[in-house]
Formats: sequence, structure tokens, C-alpha cells
Amino acid sequence: MKAVSATQRHAAVPPWRDIRVLRIVGQVVVVGVVLLVGYLLWENLTGNMTRARLTFSLDFMRATAGFDISQTVIPYSTRDTYGHAFLAGLLNTLMVSAVGIVLATVLGFVTGVARLSSNWLVNRLAAGYVEIMRNTPLLVQLVLIFALLLQLPAVANSITLPGPIYLNQRGLFLPRPLAEPTFTAWVVLVVIGVVVAIVSRRISVRRREAGLPTRAIGRIGLLAMLAIPIGGWIVLSPLQFDLPVQQRFNFVGGVVLSPSFAALLFGLVIYTAAFIGEVVRGGIQAVRRGQLEAAYAIGLTPGQTLRLIVLPQALRIIVPPLTSQYLNLTKNSSLAIAVGYSDVFAVSRTMANQTGQSVAVILLVMGTYLTLSLATSLAMNVYNRRVQVLER
Amino acid sequence: MTAERLPPPRTTIGRRAWLRRNLFSTWYNSLLTIVVGAFLLAAILLIIQWVVTGARWGVVTTNLRLFLIGQYPLEEAWRVWLALLLTSVLTGLVAGTSGGGAIRALASGLAVGQALLGVLAGLSGMGPVVSGALVVNAALVWIAFIGAVRMSISRRALAIAWLALVPVSFVLLQGISRPLLAVVPTNLWGGLLLTFLLAIAGIVLSFPFGVLLALGRRSDLPAVRLLSTLYIEIVRGVPLVTILFTAAILLPLFLPAGLRIEHVFRAVVGITLFSAAYVAENVRGGLQAIPTGQIEAASAIGLNAYQRNVYIVLPQALRSVIPANVGLFISLLKDTTLVAIAGTGLLELLGIGRAVVAQPSWIGAQLEVYVFISALFFFLCYTMSQASYRLEAAMGVGKR
Repeated sequence: MKAVSATQRHAAVPPWRDIRVLRIVGQVVVVGVVLLVGYLLWENLTGNMTRARLTFSLDFMRATAGFDISQTVIPYSTRDTYGHAFLAGLLNTLMVSAVGIVLATVLGFVTGVARLSSNWLVNRLAAGYVEIMRNTPLLVQLVLIFALLLQLPAVANSITLPGPIYLNQRGLFLPRPLAEPTFTAWVVLVVIGVVVAIVSRRISVRRREAGLPTRAIGRIGLLAMLAIPIGGWIVLSPLQFDLPVQQRFNFVGGVVLSPSFAALLFGLVIYTAAFIGEVVRGGIQAVRRGQLEAAYAIGLTPGQTLRLIVLPQALRIIVPPLTSQYLNLTKNSSLAIAVGYSDVFAVSRTMANQTGQSVAVILLVMGTYLTLSLATSLAMNVYNRRVQVLER
Repeated sequence: MTAERLPPPRTTIGRRAWLRRNLFSTWYNSLLTIVVGAFLLAAILLIIQWVVTGARWGVVTTNLRLFLIGQYPLEEAWRVWLALLLTSVLTGLVAGTSGGGAIRALASGLAVGQALLGVLAGLSGMGPVVSGALVVNAALVWIAFIGAVRMSISRRALAIAWLALVPVSFVLLQGISRPLLAVVPTNLWGGLLLTFLLAIAGIVLSFPFGVLLALGRRSDLPAVRLLSTLYIEIVRGVPLVTILFTAAILLPLFLPAGLRIEHVFRAVVGITLFSAAYVAENVRGGLQAIPTGQIEAASAIGLNAYQRNVYIVLPQALRSVIPANVGLFISLLKDTTLVAIAGTGLLELLGIGRAVVAQPSWIGAQLEVYVFISALFFFLCYTMSQASYRLEAAMGVGKR
């Protein structure tokens, strides 16, 4: 029998059956279809925009915005530009997301641990909370909370809490801390305290590993971390407080937490915390029972077991789904418009309405959220890698 | 000699032992129980007091029709109850035939839900016809269930009936033309009806698109993989509101001039584009769970890529992602509320709620309305999530 050479065999395969040709053709066809659809949409868009006498540009960002934003992190007035308004909205989104993530994490861990509590009442309460949060829409919760906050008493009959903190329909009025010239000195003291604590902990760990008596060095360091700043506070009194003062129709001075911001923050926190609670519960339950038993067998206390055995292993499982909860919280902050808080989406909608540049504005908003999502993912991936390194 | 049978020790079983073990095991547990218990009791008393004496439930009963079907004309409302009747009978039949715990949970949810709504409709003066229809529907779920248990019904016929249910209901609700069934324009649909329409249309339409995207993301063709991944990641990186806003405001700009597209369909397009990315990620999970041996075996017996996917991979993968997709449907149902703030002008459940609150005669009745809407959503989503847990458990048992 005559051997067929490689080239001959390939020549025998017609191109419409050659897998290498088919692969290239397939990809060209898919890309072609996507490009064609994209081209048709673009044609329609430009056609429709010319007909509506709109030109696609971002020039409007330099024009005067002319609308007000009720609560901003940076100074903003109606005479500022659209670009500035967008930035103010973005910072509002960032603020509510950042504060929300911190609070939701804390409440979420508490919920997760409570779900595993041996106390029947506590774990049923946590379970009920989780089910209610997960089975009702966040948007309905937000408007419900906002409606609840509007039931608060009017300014004249504010609820007074120690501080003094005032609570009424217009929001929560807190004293505003003002830095004195001695504030910088006090911060330096705090840093010194922390450094002392870290150094003494290092020494203590090293001595224990070397088999030497630790002589409570670590504990002394911890005490120093607390004592130095407290002592400094008493001596330097680095902060003054600007107290809210009741006028005829409203309070003046202090910091105001508007009902809009409070409703959005509270809603996002309690909603996300329920999901984080389930993540945490799953993570802790995934740590094998034998690990706990072994930890108790070598004489670790429950606290040490939690800190040294359970958490490091549970965190590996918790961190990836926790990341997606953080992303969800950030994206869900776009519901702010329902409670009248001016986040980046709410500001952008006003911009789109006023300028007619809907396409440019929506691209800008989507790009912003994508960047935020990517940044959060990246930060959490870095943390995730640190947690995962613990694996042996 | 017989040993005397002693009663079990008091300290390990019985009500008191249960209390001690679960509520008062240590001093701090006792303290926790007392503090949490007192707080809970106070909260429950406060809520009961509000529900019974404080709340003005008239805002719900007067507007119940709006909450259920929106502006859908009352004289045509029988079509809604008829579509519900078909759904009830089919669900009952399926529950009686397959006997799975999940579908039984759904069937009893459907029966209980309709019975409750029927009673509510009776109390709110929507007329004996409406409440009668709802209660009859609820009873039909049980009758069909018992009937299906007694007789044997072809599973194939049931499956076909189920597949036909969605288009048949849609035609029934939308109408054909004047003499036969008057057309009810979709802009009159509202309330719970619209909420369901949006969620069901979203999941049904996004499913094929999502499966294609998942296959694309796992494809060994780089260009296809890149495009699918880009689409999925971009959609998952932006909030649904921005997509709905785009669909509501910008979709007409992307279409040929003069082509009008109704608001309901704009919202459906937005929801479909959004949920396709999430369906794709669910399906990808199912695809990854398929052992490589299956694909290699399929290649070994000479199946090409299309045959491998259609006959070997997808049937296994899609079956295993049913619970995940039920979860997706639940979140989609919740997410339909976002059309109320995305500038679509649609009045689904929350949109109707906001409109009702704005009525001059019901100023200040916001809490009542939003609590009612929350309760409706809770009932729907809780029933479905319980069904999904059972399905997951049942499928976990059968795992190979």
C-alpha cells in the first residue's frame, strides 16, 4: 500500500470541510454580523440625531448647569458647569457606596454569625430578617423607608438625643467637628501609639516563638495605643464642635444627614447585609467540624479558635461572593433617584433632559459605573490574593 | 427479671429542656434572649397596633383593581382571570403528574395566593364575579391536582400545553381584532399583570440569547469568545436602571426613523438585554459542570460541534441550571420595579403604587401602599424561592 504524504492528505480535504478554514470563516462571519448590526444602529442614530439637530459632543460639559444639587461633598452652586455637577454626583455615589459597604459588611457579619447562633430566638430573628430582605424588591424598601422617615416630627417638635443630636423630618442634625490647631499634634500621637503597639506585638510574638517568657509586652503595647491618644485628647483638646442650633423654621450649623441620604444608605445597608449574612454563614459552615474540634483539643479558647482557625479558612470562601455584593451595592446606589438623592445617575438624567445629549450622557454614566465596578473588583482581587496565600 | 423502664431524664428532653438548651444555656445567652425577646415583642405589638388601628387600608381596597391589572378595561378583565384559570389547571395537573416537591409548592402557592386575593377582592367590592373567579381558580388547582393523581396524563401533552401557555395567554390578553377579541393596547396593562408580563417576557426571551452567549464564552474561537465576554462583562458592570433608561429614551434613536415602538416593548428589550448576561453566567456554570469525558466521547463517536452541543452538552447543562434560573426569575420579578423610575412611563406594581399615593384623596397613605406591595412581592418571591430550594435538594440527590 502506498503511504499518503501529509501534504497530499490535506490537499484531499476540500476547504469547506477543513476545520482550520471553517474556524476562520466562522469568526469572520460572527464579527461581520456584529459589525453590520452595529453599523445599522449607528446609521439610524446619526440619521435621527441630524434630524433632531443634535450633534454628538461633550462640549456641553463646560456650559453652566443651572440646576441645584441638594447635598454635595464638594462645594457646588447652580453657576457651576455640567462637568462640575457630574463630578458632584459621582462623589455622592462614591460616598454612599463607601459608607454603605463598610456598614453592610459589619451588619452582614453580625447577621451571618447570628444565623449560626445556638440561641434559637437570635437565629430565627436573623433568618426572618434575611428572608424579608431577600424576597422584597430593594426599590420598594427604599420608598418604604423614605415614607417612614417622613413620618418623623416636624422641626418644631424635633426628637433630641444626647450630643446634642436632633431628629426631625428635615433629617438628622449632628454636631460638626472642627479641627483646632492642635489637631495635627494629636494625629501624630495616635500614629505613635499605633507604632508602639505594632512593635511590642512583634517583640512579643518573636519571644513566644523563641520560647522566652513574653512578660505581657504585647498587652502593654495595646495599652499604650489606647492611653497615648486618650491622654493627648484630654491635654490638647484637638476638636471643637459646631452645634446645630434651632431657628424658627430649621436648624443652623452642624452636619445634616438628609432623609434622602439616610433612606438610601439605610436601605442599601440592610438589603445588602442580608445577602452578606448568607455569604458569611456559608463560609463559616464550610469550615470542617474537625478543624474546630482539633482547635479545642489543642487548648485554644473559643475566641482564638474563631480568630486563628475559623476566620482565615472562612475568608477564602467569603471574599469572592462578598466582592459581588459590594459591586451590587454600588450599582444599586443608582436607585437614589427614587428617594431624591442626587447620585451620578440622577444628576446625569437632569443633564440629559436639559441638554438633549442623552447618548453622550448615558455613555458617560455607563463608562463611570464600569470603571467603578472594575476598580472594586481589582481592589477585592488584591485582598483575595492576600487571603488565599494563607493556604498551605 | 425485667428491668424497670425509667422515664427519660427531665433535663434532656421535653419543653423545659428545649428552653434551657436553646434559649438559656449560659448567662449571656439568657441575657440575649431577654433583650432580643423584649425588643421583638415591642416591635410586634407596635406593628399589630398600626395594622389594626393606625393604617388606612381603604387606599388598598379602593384601588385593588389598579394594583392587580392597572387600566386594563374592567369589561375585558375576564381574559385575565381566564389566563389565570388555564395556568391554575395546568399547574395542578403537572403537580399531580410529576409529584415533585418544588412544583407542588408552586401549585399550593398559586392556590393560596388566588384564594387570598379572591377574599380581598370580595372585601373591596370588586364584585362577586372577580372574587368568585379567583376562588374558583384556587379550587381548580386542587381539583386538577387530585384529578391528575387519579388518572394518568401523558407528560408529553402536558409539556406541550405548558409551552403553549405563554403565547396563548399573551394573545388572549392582547386580543386579536374587534369582532373576535378586542385589542387591549399594552399601555393599559398595569399593576401585578404588567409586573408578571415584564418578568416572564424577560426570562423567556433572554434565555436563548443567554445560552448562545454562554456557548460563545466557552467557544474555542477567539473572536467569538472575546465578543461574548465583552458583552457579558459590560452588561454585568452597569446598573439595570441605566440599561432601562437607555431602552426607554434611546431605543427609538437607534431604530429607523418613523418606527414607533411601544413603551412596554422598550422595557422588555432592556430587561432582556440585561438578563441575558446573567442567564449566560448561570448556563456557563452548568456547562463547566459537564465532565470533559462527555464531550470527548461525543467527539469520538463523530459528532460535530453543533451535534455535541445540542445532543450531549446542553441537555445536561440546562437541566442543572434550572434552580439558578428560578433564582434569576425571582430577582427579575423584583427588578421589574425599576421601570417605575427609569422614565418608561409604565405603571407596574410600584408605578401604580406611586400613582395611587399621588391621588389627592389618599395623601399620606404611603406606608399602607408600600407595605401592601412589599407583602405581595414577599408572597410571590418566598413561594418561588422555597420551590427553588426543594428543586435544588431534589436535584442534588440525583447528582451523578
